[in-house]
Amino acid sequence: MAAHRCCFPVWLFILCSFSLFIIAGSQETTVAPEQHASVLDNPQTAAETAEQTAGESGGVEERRWEGTEVRDAAAQKQAEPAVLQPTPQPKDDFQEELVVRPLHSGDIYASFQFRTLWETDFMRGNKVSHYRLFPKSLGQVISKFSVRELHISFTQGYWRTMQWGQPYLPSPPGAELWVWFQDSVTDVDATWKELTNVLSGIFCASLNFIDSTNTVQPSASFKPLGIGNVTDHRFLRYATLPREIVCTENLTPWKKLLPCGSKAGLAVLLKSEKLFHSSFHSQAVHIRPVCQDWQCKTTSWELRQTLNVVFDLHNSGQGKREWSLFKMFSRTLTEACPLASSSKIYIDITDNPEGEQFELSPATSLLSQAMVLGDRRTFSVYDLTQQDTFGSVRSLNLLIRWKSTEGDMLRPLLHAERYVAGYGLQTGEIHTLMYNHHPYRSFPVLLLDSVPWYLRLYIHTLTVTSKGKDNKPSYIHYQPSKDRVRPHLLEMLVQLPPNSVTEVTVQFERALLKWTEYTPDPNHGFYVGSSVISSLVPSTVAMDTNSTRERPLFSSFFPCKEESSYFVRVYTEPLLVNLPTPDFSMPYNVICLTCTVVAVGYGSLYNLLTRSFQIEEPSPGLAKRIANVIRKMRGFPGTMG
Amino acid sequence: MSGLPGFLIDDRLHFPSCPSQGGQRFLVEMAAPLTLLLVLAVTIRAALFRSSLAELIAERVEVVSPITAWKRVVEGLALLDLGVSPYSGDVFHETPLIIYLFHFVVDYAEITFMLDIKTTLTFTDLSLMLFQFRKQKFALEADRYPLDCLELIRSPKEMYYIPLKVAMFYLLNPFTILSCVAKSTCGLNNAVVALFIFSTIKGNTLLSAIFLCLATYQSIYPLTLCAPAMLYLMQRQYIPVNFRRASFWWFIAQYLFMYLGSLFVLICLSFFLLGSWDYMPSVYGFILSVPDLTPNIGLFWYFFAEMFEHFRLFFLCVFQINVFFYTIPLSVKLKEHPVFLIFMQLAVISIFKSYPTVGDIALYMAFLPVWSHLYRFLRNTFLVSCVLLACSTLFPVLWHLWIYAGSANSNFYYAITLLFNVAQILLVSDYFYAFLRREHHLTYGLYLKRKDGSEATLVLK
Repeated sequence: MAAHRCCFPVWLFILCSFSLFIIAGSQETTVAPEQHASVLDNPQTAAETAEQTAGESGGVEERRWEGTEVRDAAAQKQAEPAVLQPTPQPKDDFQEELVVRPLHSGDIYASFQFRTLWETDFMRGNKVSHYRLFPKSLGQVISKFSVRELHISFTQGYWRTMQWGQPYLPSPPGAELWVWFQDSVTDVDATWKELTNVLSGIFCASLNFIDSTNTVQPSASFKPLGIGNVTDHRFLRYATLPREIVCTENLTPWKKLLPCGSKAGLAVLLKSEKLFHSSFHSQAVHIRPVCQDWQCKTTSWELRQTLNVVFDLHNSGQGKREWSLFKMFSRTLTEACPLASSSKIYIDITDNPEGEQFELSPATSLLSQAMVLGDRRTFSVYDLTQQDTFGSVRSLNLLIRWKSTEGDMLRPLLHAERYVAGYGLQTGEIHTLMYNHHPYRSFPVLLLDSVPWYLRLYIHTLTVTSKGKDNKPSYIHYQPSKDRVRPHLLEMLVQLPPNSVTEVTVQFERALLKWTEYTPDPNHGFYVGSSVISSLVPSTVAMDTNSTRERPLFSSFFPCKEESSYFVRVYTEPLLVNLPTPDFSMPYNVICLTCTVVAVGYGSLYNLLTRSFQIEEPSPGLAKRIANVIRKMRGFPGTMG
Repeated sequence: MSGLPGFLIDDRLHFPSCPSQGGQRFLVEMAAPLTLLLVLAVTIRAALFRSSLAELIAERVEVVSPITAWKRVVEGLALLDLGVSPYSGDVFHETPLIIYLFHFVVDYAEITFMLDIKTTLTFTDLSLMLFQFRKQKFALEADRYPLDCLELIRSPKEMYYIPLKVAMFYLLNPFTILSCVAKSTCGLNNAVVALFIFSTIKGNTLLSAIFLCLATYQSIYPLTLCAPAMLYLMQRQYIPVNFRRASFWWFIAQYLFMYLGSLFVLICLSFFLLGSWDYMPSVYGFILSVPDLTPNIGLFWYFFAEMFEHFRLFFLCVFQINVFFYTIPLSVKLKEHPVFLIFMQLAVISIFKSYPTVGDIALYMAFLPVWSHLYRFLRNTFLVSCVLLACSTLFPVLWHLWIYAGSANSNFYYAITLLFNVAQILLVSDYFYAFLRREHHLTYGLYLKRKDGSEATLVLK
């Protein structure tokens, strides 16, 4: 009997696996015998695994990249059904890179970027079920929720623009999520709600706290970064959770999205015990459609995972100013991710052309120049796909030893800060200061403020002043808040005069909430998300018209158009605002006391309404009354009234 | 009360056919003190407007509520200028007519300041009418009352100064001054209510219905004033309050038609001004569902801040019904005294409404001199006045301790609002008691004797 019971699932499994082989194609055959062997050894567990494989066939596919030359047969078939190429080109591509920038404050800025490109189409109803490099969980999210662009970031700490310069990828403290939906989505709010809950599960973060009270639809500040020119902001949702705390539980799911996980390539450096022992940590995922080639005939999806971290090595390094990969990450690099088509490390050596500032070892001859944030930067490049990068010890441990502490950083041209003014818990004023450090050019900035409903903004108190004069914004988009439904949204376009500070102030009133609406720690205060300042900033290169050292004279009269300005997004500090609190310990007392007062009012009116005046009869004394009662009990009629 | 039909028949003969005659005489004689009073009131207000205190007063939660705050009206205007509907947010809660009114006169923001004067003049005129009415009534009824009651009835000489006293009570009441300096739109509401009472007492049914409708449109609660207005007008037109009479129902239908008709016109007008019904939930929903828990002198804010969520709707209904609840029993009890009924209703509204301010209290307090003949029956004048005074001074103190100093908490301020409301309830029920007692004495004589001849004490049974 037992044998019979075992046999049935075995046969079922064999049938299943045969059907799988037919679907998956010839590459599967190398895996199949192992599974058969395990079936013979232990039919019970084999049946379970068979169920698993049948259920989530993607699971098998995801692990297939371990064998290097696996191809996505099914995807191929769909794209080119008739032609069977002997060696079809993979339609997905993975690149990884690490940029290290020594900061003038003595800190080290390390920025990881992992980019997966996949030429596929998640939309139009065709079910994408074969994933190679692209994480399946995100692919399913894109197709299920008709997402056109998704940008999510988790940040711990605040980026100090004045000390560190502009980051490569700015992000506000806490969690930030903004999504452009396809215009085929009918109920955007419901889709957004569902999407945040799904993302909350994928990234192990409290994104489920995103609801209508902290979601806004910016009209101008967040344009799609990918291709496509639909800019109807009804399909955009933007939300921040400034209180979100980022920790290892968010890093682990983020690392799992990488094709090599944290097993090979640059990702081996991402050890949480070091990453979170830093001044600033930010991890992000950006998904957008991009052009496959310069003609833009086909589109492909780009998944960009970034991780930015600033290490304070100067303070923790016992006074010695030197750092190495091992010191930062407690790991060294031994190989590139085998799936990556490119794997590089860039070290910013712009300020160190002759090696007078620091010494870099091992030295590399490979140099690269790039325009980053309006500045021409020089980088030393280490290509991890070349074996000779690792040298004889088969491991790469980059080391920088500082020689001098001098050197000044170019001041960032755009910088902003924000604070709450006023005292007491009744009213207050939000001040946003925007600095334009450009010596002679003015430029416009878009300021976006999303303020929760419990700080009631008074838009008529909005003032914008620069250099002591009123600076009227040329565009204002204001959406007032609805209590417990949606936040305030204030967007405006302000022209910042050269070399000036522009101050934006707006008054608000603090609301008293219901006692259940306060956070568990109400006297800590409530966070207000960062303001977002988006701008096209004139480039420092274009500013530098006198420098004829590098360029011939004939090329330097008109500033080059592409380089004349660059896009910058600056996030201000989040605000921490105290609200008046009720006493949480006495809801019962309050209910009782207030009801008593209402009852006093009701009672006294009721008394006067129902009774009439009468002459008071002399009441019998206490002894007489008792005597009457006793008499009644004994059966005598009460005579004495 | 026994004498209704007789009173009505008698009254018909002697009712003042031309009330303005007495008014003119009064205005001539009282011109000097009244002018002096007006000048004094204007000076105080102007001085406060110009001082730095005005800004402080405008922020006080006791003086302005989320509905009446001038700051919010300005915000509504700013939103209108930005091309955003003022009702799309939760800051502006005034009615559409107000915002369009202020849209044109915003430069003369001190209009509220004028309104105070207007209200006072209305009140003065009103009490003048009352005084004439009483004088007539006195002449009529003097022979019907027991002899020893004569001292209960005010002689025309005593009543002579009542209009001036009313004007003084309203104009120099610190509560009125505060809400005027804060530019609270409460002054506007008070003016509308005063005009309503005035036109009612003048006997103009149509104007009374229109002003009542305006008052209702501004804040739902004056709806309850419908009953006294109809009672008074019926008394004026000698229509007996009798459910079996067709004339009674005909009058009620007429009045309600005028009232509901003008309400319909107002609501449609607001709809066409804005082009949407957004204002309905934003104005009336806001008054009824109390979403804004900003502290004020009322009973709602802390109660609903501390309420358990699943009981919220229940208590909301209980508290709102409570305001309207007293209308019918009070109208039954006071059906012959509609003016006192108006006073009672105003007091009940200002105590139990969802966002009360001191301006609402000032409105019913202006009536107090009219009832000066009740003073001898008031039981706890001293206590009530002490509590009201103490609370009024403690409000800013405890607010400062809670909000600015941080050394007290919300319970302190809440305790004072409780006490303040208890004092108001005592005041109102005391006046009600005194009124009923006086009526009793007018019927049965002032010095009541027991059967055995000893002096009797009156009790409520």
